[in-house]
Amino acid sequence: MAAQILSAIITIIIGVAGAIAYFWGANRLLDLIFPSRGVKGAAAIDNLRRQGLIRPWLFIGPALIILIVYLIYPVIQTLYLSFHDRAGENFVGAANYAWAFGDREFQNSILNNLLWLAVVPAACTFLGLVIAVLTDRIWWGTIAKSLIFLPLAISFVGASVIWKFIYEYRGGGQTQIGLLNAIVQGLGGTPQVWISLPFWNSFFLMIILIWIQTGFAMVILSAALRGIPEETIEAAVIDGASPFQIFWKIMIPQIWGTIAVVWTTITILVLKVFDIVLTMTNGQWNSQVLANLMFDWMFRGGGDFGRGATIAIIIMLAVLPIMIWNIRQANREGRL
Amino acid sequence: MAQASGKSAGKSFLGRFGVHIAVLVFVVIWTIPTLGILVSSLRDKDQIIASGWWNAFAGSTQTEAARLPPPENQVEKDGKFVIEGNIFGEEPPREISGFGVRSAAPTQYSAGETADLGDGVTLQLNSDGTFVLASPVAFEGSRGQRVYFASSAPPRFTTENYRTVLFSEGIGRSFINSLTVTVPATIIPIMIAAFAAYALAWMRFPGRALIIATIIGLLVVPLQMALIPLLQLYNGVALFFGVPSKTYLGIWLAHTGFGLPFAIYLLRSYMAGLPKELMESARIDGASDFEIFIKIVLPLSFPVLASFAIFQFLWVWNDLLVAMVFLGSGANQLVLTGKLNALLGSRGGDWEILTTSAFVTIIVPLIVFFSLQRYFVRGLLAGSVKGG
Repeated sequence: MAAQILSAIITIIIGVAGAIAYFWGANRLLDLIFPSRGVKGAAAIDNLRRQGLIRPWLFIGPALIILIVYLIYPVIQTLYLSFHDRAGENFVGAANYAWAFGDREFQNSILNNLLWLAVVPAACTFLGLVIAVLTDRIWWGTIAKSLIFLPLAISFVGASVIWKFIYEYRGGGQTQIGLLNAIVQGLGGTPQVWISLPFWNSFFLMIILIWIQTGFAMVILSAALRGIPEETIEAAVIDGASPFQIFWKIMIPQIWGTIAVVWTTITILVLKVFDIVLTMTNGQWNSQVLANLMFDWMFRGGGDFGRGATIAIIIMLAVLPIMIWNIRQANREGRL
Repeated sequence: MAQASGKSAGKSFLGRFGVHIAVLVFVVIWTIPTLGILVSSLRDKDQIIASGWWNAFAGSTQTEAARLPPPENQVEKDGKFVIEGNIFGEEPPREISGFGVRSAAPTQYSAGETADLGDGVTLQLNSDGTFVLASPVAFEGSRGQRVYFASSAPPRFTTENYRTVLFSEGIGRSFINSLTVTVPATIIPIMIAAFAAYALAWMRFPGRALIIATIIGLLVVPLQMALIPLLQLYNGVALFFGVPSKTYLGIWLAHTGFGLPFAIYLLRSYMAGLPKELMESARIDGASDFEIFIKIVLPLSFPVLASFAIFQFLWVWNDLLVAMVFLGSGANQLVLTGKLNALLGSRGGDWEILTTSAFVTIIVPLIVFFSLQRYFVRGLLAGSVKGG
């Protein structure tokens, strides 16, 4: 253990020192090879130009190498693997895709993912917006927002334990220690095993993600609401608009862009949801989702890389429209 | 603006009152789940299964069964055969509310009542546990009378659960492992990203727009896309050099790679917003790009560096997927999230272990979050295109 901590500390030192040495050294070297000071006239200008050509790549080089190794190469390789067999050796054409769409567990995962996509982003955005509007009106709004925001710092696994405790089931007639069943029993209902209820169990898993992500939507939307120019609302008030009209016709249209950002961000998160399903049900009782299925195939029976990669590609395809939209948006706003 | 609409909406006392109530309801719903595991982690483990945590302060009621002392303890008193004593013996006393002699009716009689057990046999059980069993004829046999009773124990709070999970369940070790993963994985990307972000914000070179577009694209690439090829790559490298494939160095670099697009995006947006005059006047004074970056841009970028550091720290600390793929499941490599996941499987119903372990895993993020919330929110606002 001591050795482990020591090696971590040494890595930090080597890493930071190495980075400093690289950036400083590479810049120094460039200045030595193409000196711009102490040289006269055309030579100095020439060297300055050469420096200007090379220096950006010294700055960006390490980041570029890491991005290529850890993201760009894997994306291409995953695409390649999705057309190959389980060990990635023999080309099998679209066999993996054909398998996926014929596989019941995969179909079930797709359906569940669609269900998650339909419910979670909408619920988070709606609740976040309502809470943002309400908390803006009261003096203890900041404290309230902090508390609702708090689950965002909790890991999905931690949140799963928290909610598993709430969904805890004991046979009818016994003292319930799970909050939900205690309430149900207290109201005269029958306690249920919530996470294995057919169809509805997915919703009990979604609640966990909604609980975590509502704070995110709330913070972003709250900032957007504050950014609405006061004059527009004052004008509406003078014209005799009701609070609901102000909300729907003045405020919502002005934060439409932000709502879209929140919605898409949570959509991407939902497509990748893995930890919650793994820890709550591990895909049992028809609660499987794509990301967990992908992880499963990655190691199932020693690992089927072809099928795992295929599922990853399908998740990627779902994200692709958002990715293209983001890049076009950045281009339009002149951020490129 | 919100105040303006608030004025018109909240004119009536009722309307304003309603807002307070609505927010209070939201706060309660959002806080109670976490409160539940915090309270449970501090409760005595027998009480956790005996009553819901919301009754933690009320004590817990449970039905118990006990056997009275055998007939050999009887004494003859006033012509009756009597067995006396305290039903709790050496155990800590509890308060008895009712008792009975049949399991089907464990609280048939209330405490202090004298129960008629038939054939003239009577049993009196008091709330403090003392009992008197009397019979006109001598008790026979070798076994004592079976008695059922409902007892309530005073609320008991303890830190014992924490001692158990930290030192004998392996959570303590996993805590160290999590720190080992998180700290370098937070620091390494910062420097690399800062230089790249400066170049993308303030230097002109061919291909710059393409790189920025690529980074914006990579922001949303699902992690799942990278796992299999990197696993293959790591296995290949490990085989080639004869080293283990699951190492801390491997996961540090993986987290660096996965965090880099967001880091560069966030830092670049911030740096691009710095005043142009600053750079220009420094350049006229003869400063090189390297000097401008180190002496002007880096110090000015402190808030955004802090934002990214908090993000990356929380993301790495809370990650399960990357740790499961790139680290082993031995005690020396299992991080907190992985350990918690393993405990869910192996200690399914032991809520004293699970709630306490869960609280240990979330305490660090909560502290970071509460102390540095300002920077966290700033990062969130600046970089909300990343899918978490």
